[in-house]
Amino acid sequence: MATSSRHASSSKLPESVYNPRRHVGVHAEWVSDVSSTDYPGHYPNEDHSWNLEKFKKNLQVKVQRLSQRSIEFDLVGVDASIANAFRRILIAEVPTIAIEHVYVWNNTSVIHDEVLAQRLGLIPFNIDPALVEYRTPTGFNAQPNDRNTLVFRLAVTCERVKNTKKDVKPSEQYINEYVKSGDLVWVPQGEQESVFASNPPAPTNKEIVLAKLRPGQEIDMELHAIKGVGKEHAKWSPVATASYRLHPLIILNPEKPIPPHLAKKFASCFSPGVVTIDKDGEVTIDERNMRKDSVSREVLRHKEFEGSVQLRRIRDWFIFNVESEGPYAPERLFLESIKVMRDKIATIKAAAEGLMASADAEPNLANADGDVEMGEA
Amino acid sequence: MAELPPKIKILKGAEPDLSAATYQIHDESHTVGNALRWMLMKNPKVEFCGYSVPHPSEPHINVRIQMYDNLSSLQALLTALNDLDDLCVTIEDEYKKSLRTDQYERWDEKS
Repeated sequence: MATSSRHASSSKLPESVYNPRRHVGVHAEWVSDVSSTDYPGHYPNEDHSWNLEKFKKNLQVKVQRLSQRSIEFDLVGVDASIANAFRRILIAEVPTIAIEHVYVWNNTSVIHDEVLAQRLGLIPFNIDPALVEYRTPTGFNAQPNDRNTLVFRLAVTCERVKNTKKDVKPSEQYINEYVKSGDLVWVPQGEQESVFASNPPAPTNKEIVLAKLRPGQEIDMELHAIKGVGKEHAKWSPVATASYRLHPLIILNPEKPIPPHLAKKFASCFSPGVVTIDKDGEVTIDERNMRKDSVSREVLRHKEFEGSVQLRRIRDWFIFNVESEGPYAPERLFLESIKVMRDKIATIKAAAEGLMASADAEPNLANADGDVEMGEA
Repeated sequence: MAELPPKIKILKGAEPDLSAATYQIHDESHTVGNALRWMLMKNPKVEFCGYSVPHPSEPHINVRIQMYDNLSSLQALLTALNDLDDLCVTIEDEYKKSLRTDQYERWDEKS
């Protein structure tokens, strides 16, 4: 990837960023040129039909920041419909494991069974979803078994610490004052002991408070965790956030430069680092820091800057921010979303091929519905 | 258990030669609908393509495709699906390459 490494070392953005066709206008009270125009027939005598080679040359993916919990990366050269598909899949269709069935043997705490069950459902687990199968309405996986269900036990009783004074703090008076996610005990079923040996199932965070108890109160329940996706219930969503924003672009008008005595005020209209002021008070935009701008449009509120600057965003430059919450490492999440997308495409393709085969066998397929007129014989 | 509906159904009002047809895709949403619409519109032989989610609580989308020159819209749909898959592979490769070779900031985030 020669181009991207060149960009990384340079303080400039590629020149193609200033192509007005790639711009979304940002104005004081509205945005302009939101829709993409790169379709065949939109511009006379230009070829905008799908071309994989052209797409490959144009596409740029660049990881910017990575931590144990989140990732920021740039996806440049794709349409919003594609970037949005991946964002939606990250939130709603990448599978995880969460508690779905709660069997309450005893609950004498002040928190109601159904409220506690709701809280239990939201606990994120470290279980790799690839090792678990979905429950299905029919067939082998209709019943719980060791391939589709993980069992946890939650049994906590609160007691008074013997021989303590009344005036010490509660944590020294009571045992099990708090029921925490770390109190869940995994109960291996069948082959699970060996399958999950390298990474025993447990909540990713052991400090989540689930309930508070006082002496004599007890919680005893069995929890069944199954595989699911976020579109059924948000507890199965693998991300805390998955979002993108368009790369900001600030264009100064050389005809109407910012006077030196207003330079500081101008700079304060943008996020820190975006505007640089040299020793003569001349204002420039730091191209590499432009991505940091919040595009607050503050600069458009001041009469003295009218006509000096244009705010824009780059329509095909997506800055993704994904925070993992659950079993996936942040850098793996985007790959999982691509996998889900390809699975979807494969399913639809198989169905379309099936239609094609039946259409070949029976040319007047549409006639089967009885509402399309017969063609002339 | 009720029988599962077919993944794709051709709705009434289609041309007999399928040069114009509406496909109802079951268990899909804007995620696939909009991406597929975009890829179909990249095809110069497609006269019109649009999609809709008829009702937010019904899990299907309608994709309307109309072709020039009486070509088959089903063929165009298949081509678009193949192209969309190529696109996914390209993005995946490029992302993996960036993860492997690019210099990026690594930082410590407390949970």
